[in-house]
Amino acid sequence: MSTPRLEIIEQYCKGCSICVEFCPTNVLEMDGFLVKVVRPEACIGCMQCELRCPDFAIKVHKD
Amino acid sequence: MSFDYDKYLRPGKLPHIWCPGCGHGIILKGLLRAIDACELNKDNTAIVSGIGCASRLPGYVDFNTLHTAHGRAAAFATGIKMAKPEMNVLVVGGDGDGVAIGGNHFIHACRRNIDMTYVICNNFIYGMTGGQFSPCTPTGDRASTTPYGNPDPVFDISQLAIGAGATFVARSTSFHAAQIDKLIAEGIRHKGMAVIEILDDCPTTYGRRNKFRSVVDMMKRFKEQAVPVAKAEKMSKEELDSKIVTGILHREERPEYCEQYAQVVKTARSL
Ligand SMILES: Cc1ncc(C[n+]2csc(CCOP(=O)(O)OP(=O)(O)O)c2C)c(N)n1
Ligand code: SF4
Ligand code: SF4
Ligand code: SF4
Ligand SMILES: [Mg+2]
Repeated sequence: MSTPRLEIIEQYCKGCSICVEFCPTNVLEMDGFLVKVVRPEACIGCMQCELRCPDFAIKVHKD
Repeated sequence: MSFDYDKYLRPGKLPHIWCPGCGHGIILKGLLRAIDACELNKDNTAIVSGIGCASRLPGYVDFNTLHTAHGRAAAFATGIKMAKPEMNVLVVGGDGDGVAIGGNHFIHACRRNIDMTYVICNNFIYGMTGGQFSPCTPTGDRASTTPYGNPDPVFDISQLAIGAGATFVARSTSFHAAQIDKLIAEGIRHKGMAVIEILDDCPTTYGRRNKFRSVVDMMKRFKEQAVPVAKAEKMSKEELDSKIVTGILHREERPEYCEQYAQVVKTARSL
């Protein structure tokens, strides 16, 4: 299986850092009040970030 | 696979008004996944709310929606269901809306066992109006109206619903996002009054006053406190103190209100 592709919808992200804190493989980091994908290769596609983001701002594509 | 929320959202409404980290957004997404799993037809589905931050939810979704008066969502929803029993009727709202000002409507909808699904977003506070204590604010905690600590005992919404007669009652938290849709979907499929209590967070008016450094800290406490029903059954009352029992807490079959009412109409017509 190829590495999932992460999509950040920047205009929706409110910088709560929920996705960053609960990602099991530290793929994400905060860059001020915006989330940033810093280690895309470590993503295991567990969907935890997408499920918990309150703002529809992060999507995990596994196509 | 990424879930396509867009097909259920009204275009151009995002970003929503909720604060960064507010749990209501997590519940909104769970509700949409549940509706999708149950394949509800948009035109045959009504989503009703009262007033509060949680009650803003219907404004974002592409169904028949009704944003009503504070505490009156269950009453309006009862009206819709009685007039159009074939419709799927869902209610969403906060702890203040549902069991403070709306407590009366809430218990009687439970008592009647009318076929609807009530998703109650319990963030332990009146978020919208600046953090006054609600019947769900934990004893001792601080709210804008209890600066020295809340002296009141709390309402356990799920137990209240069971006591009042709801025939499906379940509980989860905003940390357990993947469980939210499963429980709401079970509630939608259940015939009768289904109450799904989701504990969530208001970092802005509750977290801040109660020494949580962030919404992440608030969600971590849900992770630590949650005990699934099956495990809870083997634990003592003392062990369950300060725990949150999650999952389906109650399920029974009892005559549904609209069907009972249709029977009355039939009897009256035959006289
Ligand atoms: C009749 C009436 N009384 C009081 C209010 C003020 N008011 C608006 S929202 C609210 C509390 C909402 O709390 P809750 O239902 O828990 O929702 P939350 O904002 O926490 O999501 C109150 C008291 C009102 N709008 N109408
Ligand atoms: S899908 Fe899982 S591993 Fe990938 S970024 Fe999201 S939380 Fe991290
Ligand atoms: S959870 Fe969503 S809103 Fe919060 S930082 Fe991550 S992408 Fe942004
Ligand atoms: S005030 Fe509280 S409940 Fe209202 S949107 Fe902000 S965090 Fe959510
Ligand atoms: Mg509330």
